[in-house]
Amino acid sequence: MAKFRVTSLVVSAIFLLVSGGPAEAKNGIVIDGSTTVGPLAKSFAAYFTRSRGISVTVSESGSGNGAKSLINGTCDIATMSRSMKPEELAAARSKGIEPVAGVVALDGLAMVVNPANPVHSLTKQQIAAIYKGSVTNWRQVGGPNARILIVQRESNSGTQETFKELVVGKKVHIAASAETQASNGAVKNRISLTKGAIGFVGLGFIDSTVKKIAVDGVLPSPETVRNGTYPLSRPLFMVTAGTPKGRVQEFINLSATPVGKRMIKELGFVGTR
Amino acid sequence: MQASSLQNCNVMNGDGNATEGRSSAFVVSARKRKLQQITRTAGESTLFLIAAFVAVIVLFIFYFVARDAVPFFEIRGFREFFTDTRWYPADEPPVFGALSIIYGSLMVTVGSALIAIPMGVAAAICLSDVLPFSVRQYVKPVIEMLAAIPSVAFGFFALVIFAPMLQNHGGSILMWSWWIMATPLILLMIVVGAELVSSRIEDDRRRKVAQRVLLVVMGALALLILILVGFRLRSIEIMTGTNALNVSIILSFMALPTIVSVAEDALQAVGRDLREGSYALGATRAETIIKTILPAASSGILAGVILGIMRALGETMVVWMASGNSAHIPEPWYNYLDSVRTLTATIAGDMGEADQVTGSARFHVLFAMGLLLLVISFVSNFISERIVVRQRKILSGQ
Repeated sequence: MAKFRVTSLVVSAIFLLVSGGPAEAKNGIVIDGSTTVGPLAKSFAAYFTRSRGISVTVSESGSGNGAKSLINGTCDIATMSRSMKPEELAAARSKGIEPVAGVVALDGLAMVVNPANPVHSLTKQQIAAIYKGSVTNWRQVGGPNARILIVQRESNSGTQETFKELVVGKKVHIAASAETQASNGAVKNRISLTKGAIGFVGLGFIDSTVKKIAVDGVLPSPETVRNGTYPLSRPLFMVTAGTPKGRVQEFINLSATPVGKRMIKELGFVGTR
Repeated sequence: MQASSLQNCNVMNGDGNATEGRSSAFVVSARKRKLQQITRTAGESTLFLIAAFVAVIVLFIFYFVARDAVPFFEIRGFREFFTDTRWYPADEPPVFGALSIIYGSLMVTVGSALIAIPMGVAAAICLSDVLPFSVRQYVKPVIEMLAAIPSVAFGFFALVIFAPMLQNHGGSILMWSWWIMATPLILLMIVVGAELVSSRIEDDRRRKVAQRVLLVVMGALALLILILVGFRLRSIEIMTGTNALNVSIILSFMALPTIVSVAEDALQAVGRDLREGSYALGATRAETIIKTILPAASSGILAGVILGIMRALGETMVVWMASGNSAHIPEPWYNYLDSVRTLTATIAGDMGEADQVTGSARFHVLFAMGLLLLVISFVSNFISERIVVRQRKILSGQ
């Protein structure tokens, strides 16, 4: 993950040097932001490069970094898994930038446990209690007698912020003993290797190495996310400075095309329409 | 001596002839000399500029880190940062207690030092004084190659291979490593102890009997301890493999090449004369190593140790990937099987959201941590530098 970030930093640095600021780049689109939206942006980018011959650079450094890059004018599109914060909006406006956010897809935040864990359903309150540290044993939520290992994301992750907003509440501290991982993949890896662990990842990252659990009785799936019955879902944004124009607009509108919709589905996200 | 006598000869030969011969062979023309002078000045000033540039970079880093660290202390004061254990930079309201993170850094550094120092010094002694030269030539580069492995690779190993291993077979790994490390140590202690206690008995035959009895009794006791502690360790179930122990072990591997290399150089620098002097006085090789070479090289070894520890303290990737990153002081405080969070990992992990445009204290607190790390490494470098200077003085006999 971080290696990606370094490579992408290097790439964007070279880009900066070559083009003198990608925002006014003539020959490409620079994208930075959420690690959740990253895979989607990358497959869009691959398709866009193939069909239009326009190079697209995609970095995954977190929603916060995406917003920062957009404000600093070092990217054309910021991919974000949360909406912009008031401070970020203010910072953008103070630089004369009016961010415009478009929803490209929907994402369910899936709670995952180790496949060996018999627990298959938790309520939102139970999850909140686990993350606050008041529930520390799986026995307390109907599981075996084993300590719960909480896995969370770094504070620069949009997924982490969405989780806090949707589940534990913004003003509540998550237990200090919670492990912190740097990416969706790292969380999945920890969960798949640790029996007592619980964590959360974007719906697109679920595979057979981890087990998703139902929240308030609803399993996360494209259908439950789209019809709004699954409680932990969120929109994914592509944010631009001002109304998108030209090739940037074309790129964002890919999400509404049949090809784009297929890519969204293949990655485990949910299309908007 | 020889040179001066040669000069004398030259002068004796008659001055006229000698100077003439010299002027054609050695004295260069004025123009050429001027050119030489210019190139010399140019070369020297280029080198000076490069050296100055490096020094200036260090000062610049210090200045810019400090410049962004000071606002944090202006906003939040010193008390919270150094005494609070709660680290919630993103919450409302934020809490910036770095004590548990400073403790985490300390814990993995101490842990890795405990592993790396004995191993590193032992390996250095082995390389410089035990192994034959031909073997040493191959072994040292191999150890130094450890330093060339990128830290991401170490981190990947720690996270994907070592952590699950600790989780699944943690107890037996602990038991076996206890047995492997403790058995030779305890054996040595028993033999030396029995020798020491029985040496007070004057009668030859009774001493031998006492020695044997002591050996048997202490051996049985040690065996009991070894087995009991071993089984106790095996019953431990490691909750999470990404913990302070995992990181300490990996960090010690990363610090090893530095320690081995510098310590070995220090041991080599002791020189033949001291070694041969010691042998001439009838000392065995063990006595020579322990009583002569180690004390003479001690400050160089210490410098290597400090450099190695700094490597462990400053390492980011491995701790970020494999320490678990829980910002808390483990319970109990010496529990190496719990996950911890370090200063370096916090800077790396929290940098993204902490923008100077958005959150001010949250941005500057990371620089405060950076400054703390800089100060620690500056002080240690200073100390190790002083130690090396002192060693040079000692070795030159002043």
